Amino acid sequence: MSTATTHDAHHEHQPSGIMRWLTTTNHKDIGTLYLLFSLLMFFIGGAMAMIIRAELFQPGLQMVNPDFFNQMTTMHALVMIFGAVMPAFVGLANWLVPMMIGAPDMALPRMNNWSFWILPFAFLMLLATLFMPGGAPAGGWTLYPPLSLQTGMAFPFLIFAIHMMGMSSIMGAINVVVTIFNMRAPGMTFMKMPLFVWTWLITAYLLIATMPVLAGSVTMLLTDKFFNTSFFNAAGGGDPVMFQHIFWFFGHPEVYILILPAFGIVSQIIPTFARKPLFGYSSMVYATASIAFLSFIVWGHHMFTVGMPIKGELFYMYATMLIAVPTGVKVFNWVSTMWKGSMTFETPMLFAVAFVFLFTIGGFSGLMLAITPVDFQYQETYFVVAHFHYVLVTGAIFAIMAAVYYWIPKWTGNMYDEKLGKLHFWISCISVNVLFFPQHFLGLAGMPRRIPDYAVQFTEFNMISSIGGFVFGLSQLMFAYIVFKTIRGGAKATDQVWEGAHGLEWTLPSPPPYHSFTTAPEVK
Amino acid sequence: MTQAHGGYYVPHGSHWPIVGSVGLFTMLGGFAAFLNGASTIPMFIGLAIIIYMLFGWFGTVINESENGMYNDQVDKSFRWGMSWFIFSEVMFFAAFFGALYYAREFSVPWLGGEGAKGNANILWDNFSATWPLLQMPDMAKFDVPTAIIDAWQIPALNTLILLTSGVTVTWAHWGLKKNNRKQLISGLFVTVLLGVTFVGFQAYEYIHAYNDLNLKLSSGIYGSTFFMLTGFHGLHVTIGAIMLAVMLARSIKGHFTPEHHFAFEAASWYWHFVDVVWLGLFIFVYWL
Amino acid sequence: MLVRKLIPWLSRLLGGSLLLAANSAYAEYGLNLPQGVTEISREVYDLHMLIFWICVVIGAVVFGVMLYSIFHHRKSKGAKAAQFHESTTVEIIWTVVPILILVAMAIPATKTLLKMEDVANADITIKITGYQWKWRYDYLDQNFGFYSVLSTPREQIENTADKSEHYLREVDRPLVVPVGTKVRFLITSNDVIHAWGVPDLAIKKDAIPGFINEVWTLIETPGTYRGQCVELCGKDHGYMPVVVEAKSIEDYQLWVGEQQALALASTEDPDKVWTADELMAKGEQVYATNCAACHMAGGEGVPGAFPALKGSKIATGPIADHSNIVLHGKAGTAMAAFAAQLSDSELAAVITYERNAWGNNTGDSIQPSQVKAAR
Ligand code: HEA
Ligand code: HEA
Ligand code: HEC
Ligand code: CUA
Ligand SMILES: [Cu+2]
Repeated sequence: MSTATTHDAHHEHQPSGIMRWLTTTNHKDIGTLYLLFSLLMFFIGGAMAMIIRAELFQPGLQMVNPDFFNQMTTMHALVMIFGAVMPAFVGLANWLVPMMIGAPDMALPRMNNWSFWILPFAFLMLLATLFMPGGAPAGGWTLYPPLSLQTGMAFPFLIFAIHMMGMSSIMGAINVVVTIFNMRAPGMTFMKMPLFVWTWLITAYLLIATMPVLAGSVTMLLTDKFFNTSFFNAAGGGDPVMFQHIFWFFGHPEVYILILPAFGIVSQIIPTFARKPLFGYSSMVYATASIAFLSFIVWGHHMFTVGMPIKGELFYMYATMLIAVPTGVKVFNWVSTMWKGSMTFETPMLFAVAFVFLFTIGGFSGLMLAITPVDFQYQETYFVVAHFHYVLVTGAIFAIMAAVYYWIPKWTGNMYDEKLGKLHFWISCISVNVLFFPQHFLGLAGMPRRIPDYAVQFTEFNMISSIGGFVFGLSQLMFAYIVFKTIRGGAKATDQVWEGAHGLEWTLPSPPPYHSFTTAPEVK
Repeated sequence: MTQAHGGYYVPHGSHWPIVGSVGLFTMLGGFAAFLNGASTIPMFIGLAIIIYMLFGWFGTVINESENGMYNDQVDKSFRWGMSWFIFSEVMFFAAFFGALYYAREFSVPWLGGEGAKGNANILWDNFSATWPLLQMPDMAKFDVPTAIIDAWQIPALNTLILLTSGVTVTWAHWGLKKNNRKQLISGLFVTVLLGVTFVGFQAYEYIHAYNDLNLKLSSGIYGSTFFMLTGFHGLHVTIGAIMLAVMLARSIKGHFTPEHHFAFEAASWYWHFVDVVWLGLFIFVYWL
Repeated sequence: MLVRKLIPWLSRLLGGSLLLAANSAYAEYGLNLPQGVTEISREVYDLHMLIFWICVVIGAVVFGVMLYSIFHHRKSKGAKAAQFHESTTVEIIWTVVPILILVAMAIPATKTLLKMEDVANADITIKITGYQWKWRYDYLDQNFGFYSVLSTPREQIENTADKSEHYLREVDRPLVVPVGTKVRFLITSNDVIHAWGVPDLAIKKDAIPGFINEVWTLIETPGTYRGQCVELCGKDHGYMPVVVEAKSIEDYQLWVGEQQALALASTEDPDKVWTADELMAKGEQVYATNCAACHMAGGEGVPGAFPALKGSKIATGPIADHSNIVLHGKAGTAMAAFAAQLSDSELAAVITYERNAWGNNTGDSIQPSQVKAAR
């Protein structure tokens, strides 16, 4: 990629070929590795989703057996969350945080390399389970015991793969925190940092605080299975629901880990194309922090049907509803930024605007899910599936795509093909709604999730959804094509790239030098 | 291989991380295979690779540090890094403390027929809730302990040992800051010794629990939380003691200056963290 | 430009589907929550519609402003960018107004929730137990109980026969409850977590092994109400339907009488000696309903997950080991202890069957009395 050509003269010792990538400590190289890895995982997880959608095209069992279907559901989610979205965000942080705060590199470059290079091994371990006797884990990405304890050979590999992903995330997060704390250019005060940096700082805290808890919970699963402990076994005084509490103490902050950096991206892009400063910068920061804080006390909303004491149900309902307030502040701020701007709609802006629309729809269904007595009806149905794909696919994934279109001219020095980009956007945006909107109806009508086969009244909407899915999937091939085409060449990008772009990264050449800021810029 | 950028040291390429990844993969994959019935050899190969990596990686860092390549800003990065690493460890223990709390406050009373979900007792009609839990809802499946470890014997002694070691490591630090090598080395030496003694007592206690009290990992939720919490703590004490032993060796070699001794401080922070976790353990696991 | 043509199209698509969802309350499309047949289910439905409409209104305002801005404040229309970027007043407004809206939602939600959780003064109690993959219903006051298993034939699932109207939502023996009576359900599980749910009753509760959850219902109109297991419970999670038949009180009493008679009639003579053929015939049937889900109809199992019984060392080895695993299961695996689920004769039959079917030619058999002794 671009960095290969910015081989400074004083770096003659740098190894070339594969060793360069294996040993690199450069934030741009590592960012590139993260992003490419994430793209690969997106395709693997997406291929699994395609199998799910193909099986659900009509009732009856046609392609796969139920056990394999459950394996696909489980692995799809694990690969998408831990393999596609999280590494994509870390990749973006690697590329952008040093450039945005005026640093030469990440604060802990060697650990940066390690945090990336653990991932391929972790996913090798996870994906290898697909080929083991008994197949991959099939108990859902939430790994609820006792079901997950029935997993065969794959089980310990699953647990250790998760441990490795956790280590990688923690190291990545520590690196981001330290970089932001310690590497800011003179004058770059906290309240001058771009919002992407802010949201990542807060995300990093969520990661450091929750990934170890996930590690703890899966460790307990491991000892319950192999060392006869009884954390999740009532016969010994434990409780299967205890796992759910510990898991969701991680799991709920996790979903904000998957969206806060997206908020940051959108907060960078909208002002650029509205040619107007972000509305309510400081309230954006406070809102992000409030969301992060609230995310630690709402986990019970995933467990309304486990039979919690009534006080718990009420508490979690109220706390969850509160999250709509800071999130609303963000949405309103984005809209106000657009208001009376002078907007143009290049591909990044299209994705960002679609994000605001579609994420809000996903947020609304989230709010409906938060109302305990009604959640009893929605829980474990396709209504939930629709909710989280709106926030994850049209939320996180759309934001990541917006980010790639927005910054790829900076990274590579080449402009992407605007026509193709727009086409990619429109096909994706329409098909993704065909894919996920009907799932709301399916859920309301009572179709449970995680089933390979369904009652006949659900047929039509499943067909529509599957067709949308195939179109959406195919259109992502276009995305990959555009990205690689841009890496290989294209119209030369200027340093500022976008007319309305502000921020330190746009003061660097496109592509930027190997070490972003060898002398720290002065920020006024 | 090295270059300073605006004074901030950015290393150029390092093969230690990839060695570490291979080691981690081999060790954990080997452990998983072992749990499925295969041999332990790959696991130990992996462990060996990791140890090799640790030596190499830290060796490089020590070299760079001793050659004065780290300015104050780098030092600060290390400090922040270590602090947040310790924070993540705190959260790891929090998961297990959470499990203990949940078992004591919710699941065990519920199974015994008390509280909001006391209905559960219909399924376990002979069970009544007590803590420490010396009987389980289904006794047939578990090793029923005859007694638990008394807080005011070895555990209390161990508390004293760890608290003392916290003092001695601070004393050693003062020595370092005054450039009093003798105080540094003897302080560290005593700290390591106390740490080893602690682990020894802990091992003795485990043997006693297994052999005499029939208190095992498989003794229901009491045994599970007891051994997992104290076990992970013991593991951390061991790691901390190794870290301090390395600092001792380095002090003897003449490393560190009164101004520059991040590694020493990191090890001692870690040691204090282990200390604080122990206090939590002593109170909630042994005493109350 | 492409953009300009597509945006209205897209908004129409979205708006259209929203409307569709709303109108469907009246249509029979199954696009919306069912109103159901209990007071609670209707309250839940109303609550659902309330939040839905609030979201639609907020959405209309937010998206309306956004669309207006997208169309009018674009550079191509000569819009000049304003430079305002802060206003404490509006920030306060759009923090406080949503809070008020949320409070307005929380009040009716709390009321309904408190009602749902009030299990006191029930007239009948039924214990529901989840198994991989069937339900058991025990009428605690009347001393009988039975399993309820999916009755859709395999051919329909494998697409070799046409699917019936209630495909995957039909069972051999439904749960029967009287109308106009407060019925309390005690829900638990024998193996993994399941969830028992019927949308028409607005009930969904997890069945957790070792714990008991309580819910209640008071059905107003007789009829058949269908649902499914709604917590992933393994391979056949999708094949674990819930069917509730609500009968008038008189019909219900009649039905209870029949069940009690049936339960009495099926108590068997413990000393009867069964012939091998009798055991095989009964065994085949017991195997099909209880074991074939995992070990497959032909005994070939699922490699890696469920062992083959055809040619299995245990199923062709010493009979004591064989009956031991069937009776007591194997901890930490999906193999359950069937001693608690099946009668002596059923166990004897299924063990004998496994030892002599699919080319397992041990030629031996086990009698119910021997099973009883081995329990
Ligand atoms: C990126 C990920 C992401 C995000 C951001 C969210 C955001 C939210 N989620 Fe979601 N959620 C998931 C990912 C996410 N979720 C996943 C993966 C699951 C399923 C896990 C599994 O079981 O496998 C899930 C499941 C889930 C459940 C459990 C459902 C069940 O299993 O029964 C609930 C219940 O409360 C919930 C609620 C919410 C709420 C209230 C928000 C809020 O943050 C939304 C806030 C936003 C808005 C409300 C819109 C904008 C606001 C305004 C315009 C202001 C004005 C609005 C009002 C006053 C109404 N989510
Ligand atoms: C970030 C997370 C993320 C992302 C991006 C996605 C993306 C998609 N998801 Fe995923 N999903 C989850 C997270 C995510 N999902 C989670 C957490 C669950 C819950 C799991 C559980 O229950 O445990 C879930 C469950 C889930 C289900 C429910 C399964 C069930 O309950 O049984 C379905 C069903 O439709 C689904 C579909 C899809 C589809 C069609 C996409 C698409 O957006 C994917 C599009 C991408 C591609 C298709 C790849 C690119 C293209 C190719 C590979 C080329 C080949 C293309 C063709 C052959 C057409 N997902
Ligand atoms: C939910 C799935 C499931 C059901 C239903 C089930 N089994 Fe099993 N069975 C298993 C599993 C898993 C094992 C493997 C246990 C192990 O790991 O040793 C097993 C093992 C066995 C074995 C030992 C086979 C061997 O060679 O190791 C026998 C015999 C057996 N089951 C009989 C039965 C009978 C009889 C029934 C029905 C009455 C039944 N099983 C129902 C899952 C099931
Ligand atoms: Cu039983 Cu799902
Ligand atoms: Cu959540």
